[in-house]
Amino acid sequence: MEELLEILNGLHDDVDYENEEHLIDNGILDSLDIVTLIAEISDRFGVTITARDIAPENFNSASAMAALIRRLEEEG
Amino acid sequence: MLFTSYPFIAFIAILLFAYYLVPRRVQAPLLLLASCAFYAFSGWENLFFIAFTVLTVWAGGVLLEKNLIRQKERLAAGELSPEEKKAIREGEKKKRKRLLAAVLLLNLAVLATVKYLGFFLESVNGVFGTAFGTPSDWIVPMGISFYTFQSIGYLVDVYRGTVPAQRNLWKLALFVSFFPQLVQGPISRYGDLSKTLFDPHPFRFGVLRRGLLRVLWGYFKKMVIADRLAVAVIAMTGGKDRGGFALALLFLYTIQLYADFTGGIDITIGLAEALGVTVAENFRRPYCAVSLKDYWRRWHISMCSWFRDYLFYPVSTSRLMRSLTKGAKKAFGDKAGRKVPLYLSSLIVWGTTGLWHGANWNFVMWGLANWAVLMISQECEGLYAAFHKRFPKTEGFGWRVFAVGRTFLLVAAMNLFDCYTTLGGTFGAFFSIFDPAAWAGFEPAGLLSLGLSGADFILTGICVVLMFGISLMGAKGDVRDRLARKPFALRLVLVVLLLFVVLIFGAYGRGYDAGQFIYNRF
Amino acid sequence: MKRTKTILRIVCALLLFAGAFLLIQRLLTPKYVDGIVEGAFVAEYYREKKDHDVIFIGDCEVYENFSPAVLWRDYGINSYIRGSAEQYIFQSYYLLEDTFRYEKPDVVVFNVQSLQFGEAQSEAYNRMTLEGMRWSPAKVESILASMTEGEHFIEYLFPLLRYHDRWSSLEKTDFQYLFQTRTVTHNGYYMRVDVKPVESLPAVKPRGDYSFSDRAWSYLDKIVSLCQKEGVELLLIKAPSVYPHWYDQWDEQVKTYAEKKGVRYINMLEHTEEIGLDYTADTYDAGLHMNLSGAEKCAAWLGRILAEDYHLADRRGEEALAAEWDEKRAAYEAEIQEQKEKYGMA
Repeated sequence: MEELLEILNGLHDDVDYENEEHLIDNGILDSLDIVTLIAEISDRFGVTITARDIAPENFNSASAMAALIRRLEEEG
Repeated sequence: MLFTSYPFIAFIAILLFAYYLVPRRVQAPLLLLASCAFYAFSGWENLFFIAFTVLTVWAGGVLLEKNLIRQKERLAAGELSPEEKKAIREGEKKKRKRLLAAVLLLNLAVLATVKYLGFFLESVNGVFGTAFGTPSDWIVPMGISFYTFQSIGYLVDVYRGTVPAQRNLWKLALFVSFFPQLVQGPISRYGDLSKTLFDPHPFRFGVLRRGLLRVLWGYFKKMVIADRLAVAVIAMTGGKDRGGFALALLFLYTIQLYADFTGGIDITIGLAEALGVTVAENFRRPYCAVSLKDYWRRWHISMCSWFRDYLFYPVSTSRLMRSLTKGAKKAFGDKAGRKVPLYLSSLIVWGTTGLWHGANWNFVMWGLANWAVLMISQECEGLYAAFHKRFPKTEGFGWRVFAVGRTFLLVAAMNLFDCYTTLGGTFGAFFSIFDPAAWAGFEPAGLLSLGLSGADFILTGICVVLMFGISLMGAKGDVRDRLARKPFALRLVLVVLLLFVVLIFGAYGRGYDAGQFIYNRF
Repeated sequence: MKRTKTILRIVCALLLFAGAFLLIQRLLTPKYVDGIVEGAFVAEYYREKKDHDVIFIGDCEVYENFSPAVLWRDYGINSYIRGSAEQYIFQSYYLLEDTFRYEKPDVVVFNVQSLQFGEAQSEAYNRMTLEGMRWSPAKVESILASMTEGEHFIEYLFPLLRYHDRWSSLEKTDFQYLFQTRTVTHNGYYMRVDVKPVESLPAVKPRGDYSFSDRAWSYLDKIVSLCQKEGVELLLIKAPSVYPHWYDQWDEQVKTYAEKKGVRYINMLEHTEEIGLDYTADTYDAGLHMNLSGAEKCAAWLGRILAEDYHLADRRGEEALAAEWDEKRAAYEAEIQEQKEKYGMA
């Protein structure tokens, strides 16, 4: 989680990631951010995020992203 | 059948009448029948193309879902080790992937052949000096880009498991061929459109009235503004496009494009609404965008999100892209390497978007110009943030106006690509704006030589103010909902007024020239 | 209750729309009361008391070349010209059908010049002939037979759709004649008193093919059989004009046709001297059309044939009709004076 927040703050440092639950729906993260984010996450966590995982419910909040990463790690 | 033709008006009048008369379970089949009729009107052989897409996509969807069910059954059968489960999952997934690829390739091959073969052969001829005959007399089946993309979206959604497959062939056919959106989109998502498309729709006068009001507003934009400005735009691109004329072209075309496209979509969405079907919005006050990135979230939303979800994300997360990124990181370092997916995927997306708009290099360049501006402003984002932090006063209303104006100019300049079919035409006109020699002798009165009279320009000016005014009012809630709360007499007068504005000031028909009527046998 | 209210409102809206539509349509449709008056001719017939002995049908060579006032003055023949600019032969046929809905004249005079066109040549001329007709099956069929490429029936049904562009070129007369109109012809005759003599004749262009089209012939057939069916005498004429040229080859065909059908055909070009036409004085546009003097001569000459050969009674004794004609003659004379002043001939 710490690491994830660090990545997110690198994208936009003026967002309260711990409490914001509509990162996608409110247009805070756009598609360019998402792709940058995925590149970073794959890098740091060694997971493979595919296009089918890019759904609003997986990226709307930091905790949702953390959950996605955990799930992908488990599936290996 | 053009939206602005007598047969189309008659067609929708008859359809609406019949739609609310027939038993409700017949409504959806009637819509399908109407869509086929609409399509056949543009050439009955076009029906074969759309039938091919319907059949392949329907079969693909059904098979994909069957596979998912089989996978579930196999996983549930007996005790399986995690490794065995994984093997089953991956084996079945590979089958699904192959199936998806096959159906997509088939449909894209048809699209590529009818739309791009000529362009491709011409380009090959140009580069290699060969002389392949180009099938220039092929007529591209109406709306093939739109319905192919819409169908691909559906199939990929089924593959990803986000929507269930449509097993009823006729329902799928209706989804693919729903006629209001055949001509110019929007590209609806199955998840959105299927919510209301197949339902029975009881007659409600309020619904019909609301939908038709939007149709009327669309006709206003299209016929009074866009089709009138088209006269001047055609005259300018036909040769009067240097210096002051080029600048005028840039503005007038941008207004024309807006009026024409959003007007057409208003007709589409309004018509669907009158039929009880909800089609997702395609525009959100695009010329209020503060940056190009913002603009592309507001303009032709359905196309942009289609490219994002079905091209940009898959490409940027693909295995090839991952290995490219890995290689780039080794060569240029982590920081630069990590940007590879973003840059490369968006380059592919914008190149494709350009081609989607039209099969020529002019549009490819347009796509690349968009890409370049987007990437540069992405890199400068940190800079902007720092600037605003340093000068906090610059974030107010004034800055916003500046940003909107800047974006408008940028979009208007890039729209020039859309006016021409050759790069020479586009650049010639564009650079003449900055060439004092091209301005020599230009007078604003020269604009009256473009086929529009002073009265036409004044009328258009008033209507454009009205169009953007109403659009801005929409920011504070639906204009039609607010209108509905006004007294009946006021509403009636306003609507009848709008109707007559379209009837009288619409640029349709052969025009009146008293000279034609002078009796003179020579 | 709510339902009644909704229906009431819809009716209200439709009435408002229909009313405004008709008013605006009236405003935007050309009035043809000055300048281009040719569009007004066809409609003027309906204002007449329909009790004519002779009806002329055809193009400008009837409405400019014969003066019904002279037919009345000299022979007591009550006649009317249903002419219009470049009236095509199918339009003539339907105008005849339309006329027979109101009256059965003794003689119909048809000018054969229009045999040269098998298809409509111009939307503007279509408009000027068709718009004035009252709605009837004849009008519908005439429109369908006339429409050129890009014309739509609905634009005849609702002329607003055709003329909406006139919003920027409305004239004073559009408002002046919004609810009323004025008669511009004298029983269908379009008067011109000025003179422009024939000075030189354009060279006659030989044609590759002198045969009239099948479609034109078929409508002449229809005119002949309609007159037979209604028991009305048909007289075919070629009215005098020096241009456009009336080819001998054309004349031969019409003669043969007339003989075959047993219909009388008079080529007035062969009787120029007998009529007394003087092309230096009797035309206002160098030989295309007759002026007043020419039209009166033609009427006088043809009137004798009508009275003698067709035994048309002299109706000058009919009081009501005579009174009507007195009024018409007065208007006729008044316009002669007016035009003479206008053209500086007084």
